Amino acid sequence: MGYVAAKGGREAILNAEELVEYFRLKGKSLPLSVKALKEQLRLACDKVMSEGSLYAPELAALALKQAEGDTIEASFLLRAYRSTLPRISYSEPVDTEEMSILRRISSAFKDIPGGQILGPTRDYIQRFLRFDLLGEKEKKNEHFSHINEGEPVQKAPKVIDLLREEWLLPQPAVKTNKEPYDITRCALIFPLPRSGRLQAMARGEEGGMMAIAYSSMRGYGDTHPTLAELRVGYIPLKIKHPITGKTVTAGEVLVTEVEIIAGKPTQTGEEVPQFTLGYGLVFGHNERKAISMAMLDITMKTQEPKHPAEDQEFVICHIDSIESSGFTAHWKLPHYVTFQSDLDRLRKIQKEKGCKLETDISGKK
Amino acid sequence: MMTEMIKGYNFAFIDEYAKREIRRKILKAVSIPGYQVPFGSRELAIARGWGTGGLQITLSLIGQKDILKIIDQGCDDSVNAVNIKRFVKTTTGVAITTDTLKATIIQTRHRIPEEELIEEQILVFQVPYPEPLRIVEPQEAQTRRMHAEMDYAKIWVFLYENIVKWEEITIGARYPVMVAGRYIMDPSPIPRYDVPKLNNASTLYLFGAGREKRIYAVPPFTEVKPLEFEDHRFRIENFEGKSCQLCGSTDTFLDEIVTGDKQVYSCSDTSFCEKRRKNPQTPRST
Repeated sequence: MGYVAAKGGREAILNAEELVEYFRLKGKSLPLSVKALKEQLRLACDKVMSEGSLYAPELAALALKQAEGDTIEASFLLRAYRSTLPRISYSEPVDTEEMSILRRISSAFKDIPGGQILGPTRDYIQRFLRFDLLGEKEKKNEHFSHINEGEPVQKAPKVIDLLREEWLLPQPAVKTNKEPYDITRCALIFPLPRSGRLQAMARGEEGGMMAIAYSSMRGYGDTHPTLAELRVGYIPLKIKHPITGKTVTAGEVLVTEVEIIAGKPTQTGEEVPQFTLGYGLVFGHNERKAISMAMLDITMKTQEPKHPAEDQEFVICHIDSIESSGFTAHWKLPHYVTFQSDLDRLRKIQKEKGCKLETDISGKK
Repeated sequence: MMTEMIKGYNFAFIDEYAKREIRRKILKAVSIPGYQVPFGSRELAIARGWGTGGLQITLSLIGQKDILKIIDQGCDDSVNAVNIKRFVKTTTGVAITTDTLKATIIQTRHRIPEEELIEEQILVFQVPYPEPLRIVEPQEAQTRRMHAEMDYAKIWVFLYENIVKWEEITIGARYPVMVAGRYIMDPSPIPRYDVPKLNNASTLYLFGAGREKRIYAVPPFTEVKPLEFEDHRFRIENFEGKSCQLCGSTDTFLDEIVTGDKQVYSCSDTSFCEKRRKNPQTPRST
């Protein structure tokens, strides 16, 4: 009997696991150190933390190493680990005005209070392959002694606050200090409150979010926004001390924050027509994702969705890479029972339609 | 099995608060047969879409004394069943069986075992699409409204149009059923052959959809009817003239095997097939 389907599965699975390890190491190169990955694949680690929804740079680097650089797989590793951790408490609301800024730009105004800071960006680096890196050996870090990273710009005011003062944007919602909707504890129900939408996007996959946001920029929608402010930097994370009740800083988190303005007058509920604001905040340094998030925040405010990017159920249900990658991969699982049912239907229909199947595709009788 | 229990993780992987939430949602699901209860589905170390809904139910119910059986396509030894067993064994250390009658909890993908299950057992289904109305309505907000109002016209029309166009209902597996005369339910991608076993059964059936974050249930002794018309009855798969090449059964759900020049068949329920080979009189549920 040649055909045993997917039986003998146990041994095959263990062999597959060993082969994966073999292919990772067979080249006999020096093992990648987690520290080197964390520092030199900084942006990949940030992506993994963001999509894995856990701020843990070292674990993100470990996940990347384990997953041989597959960021979706690495995010999955981190997310699966995250779901075993108990939730101890919520942090205090974050004030991004307190950010230690690495980079800050606005495309709305030529100059802004606090200044434009280009910071570490590839935006204006021309995309030539750097062949000198092929044989990079020398430790170059001593060349950077003139760079002082330790002087953050203090308390730069937000561009949108200037616009709010002039009533061009709606005032922030009244602070209720309600616990936010938590999609890791409550199932998604539509319409989803904005806090739930923002949380879902904060852990969404960059590529998926960018594709949907791009559809709205390109033609399936009418969003032509202005970037009020993009900032990248460290924000202090504060919690209430469980015993004293005082607010204490527990650590700092690198984030990218984007505020985007849809440049069309809208009735926002205030007395005068105003612009609409879109917000994006993501773990780590990831500007594409933060911009896409802010764009989708705007498009999903549409009351009567006409395009995919405006339909919150469409957007939110399809941007989580842990879910979409899992389901995409599951078609590799056996489906022979369901396929048997489908075969039964098709053969019955062919018979009832009186189809005469004289020959099969190969021409055999 | 071969794996040692993993250190540094809670018994059955997910934390106790999450388990309690899932058990509460199961109780709600049992109280409203066929109704999809949203729950805060957790990520597991197994990929979404690979049985994480069923698995979360199993993990939240399982205790050290439980005896677990896991099948995929009716088979205890398929890669996916083995993988999930390995995960549960690693995180709980519970006993695993292939014998349908010895298990206290059975987790399944795409089949209901051939042997009759009893009141003390729980059958946990892995569900890819919890929403039976999805084939006629993509939006969740809409389908929830349709269930609330029992607005089931669209799916009836879908079935009718199927008959008009094809002279037959084209749904293979995942055949929609009406539960307790109230909710239309997706029975998970079991073949139509298994659908009658849902009706008035002794066993508790629990359905978990991890990616879609829904739990639903068919409690014991609940009426479950496939959607059908008076002049076009529900029909199960036809295996007339076919038999299992291993045990010779002519009354079981068969897998078709393509060998190149001929079609042969064998029982999809491999554990039952082994029993039939030892004792051809082994009864299946009717």
